[in-house]
Amino acid sequence: MNKSAETIMTDKPVIDQHLQGEHEHKDPVGAKMGMWLFLMTELLLFGGMFLIYGTYRYMNPEAFHSAAQELNTIIGTFNTIILLTSSLTVALSITALQKGNRTLSVLLLAITIAFAFWFLINKYFEWSHEIHNGIYPGSSELTNRTNGEILFFGLYYVMTGVHGIHVIIGIVILSFMLAFIVKNKVTPENYIRLEISGLYWHLVDIIWIFLFPLFYLLR
Amino acid sequence: MANHVIAENYVDFYKEKGKHTGLGAWLLTTDHKRIGIMYLVAIVTFFLVGATLGFLMRLEMLSRGRTIMDPQTYNSLFTLHGLIMIFLFIIPGIPGVFGNFFLPIMLGAKDVAFPRLNLLSWYLYISGGLFAVVSVFLKGGPIDTGWTFYVPYSIRTGTDVSWMILAAFILGLSSIITGLNFITTIHRLRAPGMGWFKMPLFAWALYATAWIQLIATPVVGITLALVAVERLIGIGLFDPSLGGDPILYQHLFWIYAHPAVYIMILPAMGVVSEIIPTFAHRTIFGYKAIAISSLAIAFVGYFVWGHHMFSSGMSDTARWIFSLTTFLVALPSGVKVFNWVATLYKGSIELGTPLLFCMAFIFLFSIGGLTGLVLGALATDIHLTDTYFVVAHFHFVVFGGGGFIFFGALHYWFPKMFGKTYNEKVSKAALGTMVIGFMLLYFTMFILGYEGMPRRYYDYLPQFATLHIVATVGSWILVGGILVMIGNLLVALKKGKKASMNPWGGRTLEWTVPSPPPVENFEEIPVITHGPYDYEYNINGDSDKMEENYH
Repeated sequence: MNKSAETIMTDKPVIDQHLQGEHEHKDPVGAKMGMWLFLMTELLLFGGMFLIYGTYRYMNPEAFHSAAQELNTIIGTFNTIILLTSSLTVALSITALQKGNRTLSVLLLAITIAFAFWFLINKYFEWSHEIHNGIYPGSSELTNRTNGEILFFGLYYVMTGVHGIHVIIGIVILSFMLAFIVKNKVTPENYIRLEISGLYWHLVDIIWIFLFPLFYLLR
Repeated sequence: MANHVIAENYVDFYKEKGKHTGLGAWLLTTDHKRIGIMYLVAIVTFFLVGATLGFLMRLEMLSRGRTIMDPQTYNSLFTLHGLIMIFLFIIPGIPGVFGNFFLPIMLGAKDVAFPRLNLLSWYLYISGGLFAVVSVFLKGGPIDTGWTFYVPYSIRTGTDVSWMILAAFILGLSSIITGLNFITTIHRLRAPGMGWFKMPLFAWALYATAWIQLIATPVVGITLALVAVERLIGIGLFDPSLGGDPILYQHLFWIYAHPAVYIMILPAMGVVSEIIPTFAHRTIFGYKAIAISSLAIAFVGYFVWGHHMFSSGMSDTARWIFSLTTFLVALPSGVKVFNWVATLYKGSIELGTPLLFCMAFIFLFSIGGLTGLVLGALATDIHLTDTYFVVAHFHFVVFGGGGFIFFGALHYWFPKMFGKTYNEKVSKAALGTMVIGFMLLYFTMFILGYEGMPRRYYDYLPQFATLHIVATVGSWILVGGILVMIGNLLVALKKGKKASMNPWGGRTLEWTVPSPPPVENFEEIPVITHGPYDYEYNINGDSDKMEENYH
């Protein structure tokens, strides 16, 4: 049994003696803890925006209600299904690697990345449709509407935009993981980097789970 | 104890030949000690810049009307002074320098949990600092909104707000990464036998601080980012003409920025809890109370932000609740002060420079804390809002508290970090000068504020002239003291005598390794059998013997 597998078994941090000076930690529990802490900060980042959303919805209930009618629920639902499925594929990819099936793991990861692109492409069409209708920050169409509607669409662009940035970051991270598996840097014995990347991807998914009903379904 | 057995051919971390040489040995290092030193250089530099700006502001206030600058420059100076001192000096100060250098050693670890992330967080700090500096020289001119970036002015002003916001955002990310690194380190890398209640109190303080960094910073990050987006494309979220609510911005800002006050003070309290038992040669009084009160301050600190907004439009119910919670936060702070004083009682006190820094801290911080209660009470706050009283209060807490202890910690750990001793007579004289200058400068501001001098004003009425002159003279004395103190340490770096392993007789783990420590800190990871301030347990005998082997 090699060093990293031992680490997982004993659940204690082990210092790799091969690298002198730049001692490399092998502490999967610590790595996971670090990622969970980071995910908590991400939740709070969005938490600030959810707070703004809650306040303005409370102040402008009718305007939020009528503005939501203009969003395309079909694309929204479709994107929800895409993201949920991609969360499943990334989880399967981790399990596949744990069980030693590298090929399947790579394939599932590639499918996850493809889903992520698909989500962004749908988002692109959705946004272009809104912008085509003249609904974007500062447009004459939007500034003529009530303040509540301006706030709704302001929040819509900002929150789905920040979420979109997270999807792009997720694509970059997952692509690195794919390359690492191919190059044997992430292996069935040492898969912690893939595992915490998966955690990040689940976060991207779960934030969308909240954005979807707040913007598309509450109408 | 196993950690006393150290190889005779020990190489300290400055001389260790790593993968990289020259500048690369610093800029590409993942050694927590080198990163700590790099923070020290950067943070002291920014402190001197911030102090210079403050000095110039005081010079402007020496006489009525224009003295050395125009009003717009003055607006920029108080903004930059605040931003630099808060985001680049006091928030990263103690955790960045002493947390990095000493947390792993005090826990009996070889490094932090994520050494490479640690280096990344230093680079983020530096790039945040550079963005802040660059923003001053851009076309729009230096930012003039005050460090709080209050809307709607921060949306309308022609100065370069967005760059400064980018800088604050990056600095926040750096702070978050340091925080999650420390939390993971404390959870995962304590030496065998070091239970939670055998950790040094500095580690407890850093732990509480790290949680605040993690929980509060993202909220202000997104809030400031939204101001930048507002300036860029006008989404209306904080713009009243588009339906946005400026008060909501203030809430979101203070939800972070008040807990951030505890990011500034908690690590300082941790340092004081280290220095006092060392110089009283006595176990700390109420170890658990101090440890838990750190967490209590961190927790209650989340529910007091509204006291920054008593006069900006909140319901009466909200105001008295925030007033009540503000008074509550004084309790754990009081617990700490009483415990420190009780530790000194019947101790065999040695009046070393670091202890004198702690005395100055307790004195200044208590004044700052008690005047905080004056501001936390609704009726008096209405009278004192936005006056020099507030300015005096937060300088007593942040500078008299956090700032003084940053330098106190430097004097405490200087022999360990650099392996040199400094001239204690000069350092004590410098500290005395600083306290006198400090009192002249800031205590005067309490009176000015009480009499009605508004903060951030470029000019003042004739009746305030005398006190303004006193305050400005105080600023000269204070700056003089600071320069002597830093000069003394620089001389010590060049000419100081070699420091022994344990010059103060401290009991925590950093005093069981050589000064300066070797790259891996410990030859062998220590096994902890006793508490951090256990003065009944005698380590002096064999540690002295060890030193003879070295020199």
